Amino acid sequence: MTEVIRFIIGFFLVVGSFLTLVTAFGLIRLPDVYTRNHAASKSATLGVMCILLATFLFFYMEEGHFNSRLILGIIFIFITAPVAGHLISRAAYNSGVPLWEKSVRDDLKGKQKYEDRNM
Amino acid sequence: MKTNDVILQTVTTIVSFIIILFSIQLFFAGHYTPGGGFIGGLMTSGALVLLLLAYDIKTVRTILPIDYKLLTAIGLLLAVGTGAGALLFNVPFLTHAYDYFHLPLLGETSLHTAVIFDTGVYFVVIGITMTIIQTIGVSE
Repeated sequence: MTEVIRFIIGFFLVVGSFLTLVTAFGLIRLPDVYTRNHAASKSATLGVMCILLATFLFFYMEEGHFNSRLILGIIFIFITAPVAGHLISRAAYNSGVPLWEKSVRDDLKGKQKYEDRNM
Repeated sequence: MKTNDVILQTVTTIVSFIIILFSIQLFFAGHYTPGGGFIGGLMTSGALVLLLLAYDIKTVRTILPIDYKLLTAIGLLLAVGTGAGALLFNVPFLTHAYDYFHLPLLGETSLHTAVIFDTGVYFVVIGITMTIIQTIGVSE
């Protein structure tokens, strides 16, 4: 039983660290702000959540300590990190950061002028 | 340009409750675990700053009609009052006392006068942080 739990904890830790590493590679290799933001807000969120879940399981199974702060932290990161990504992306678009030159479609282009007319 | 902040505002209404609950937990846990008045007060004012970011300063003032300078004064009064209260029992200034009480819901609990001092610290930290931020935010 305990070995199974340890295996699960180790699995979550490795997956979490791997996803965080993927985030770092995405930030380095992707071409523009929006794709980088996509990498950062998605995989980093899941990576941190996996690591927090592993920490919670470790303290609960090995020491019998139910740490509700970790649960709260998982929920909090799950709520806030995508919103932070959304806000950064929108701020970048509104201040005129260009898209990657190979982008094929920008549905917000006309909308931007429409909002400017109705300000 | 008038922007549409509905995502930020919806998330703020949920998240600020979590932050304030966590700050109260930090405040009360300060005696036995890491935490206390300072970090609890900072986190409460962090939740208020999040409200200020999502809404404007007038809306937040309508939601929470608190004069933060008065809050600072009340906090200082609580801290000094706790210290001066010790003089009534013929012991040195800032001597604290504690005892075990049987509360209706919580059961056997130890109540310590340091909590009142910590409440003072909590109020002062909230008051000063919010005064600084609102003063900077309002000035043109």
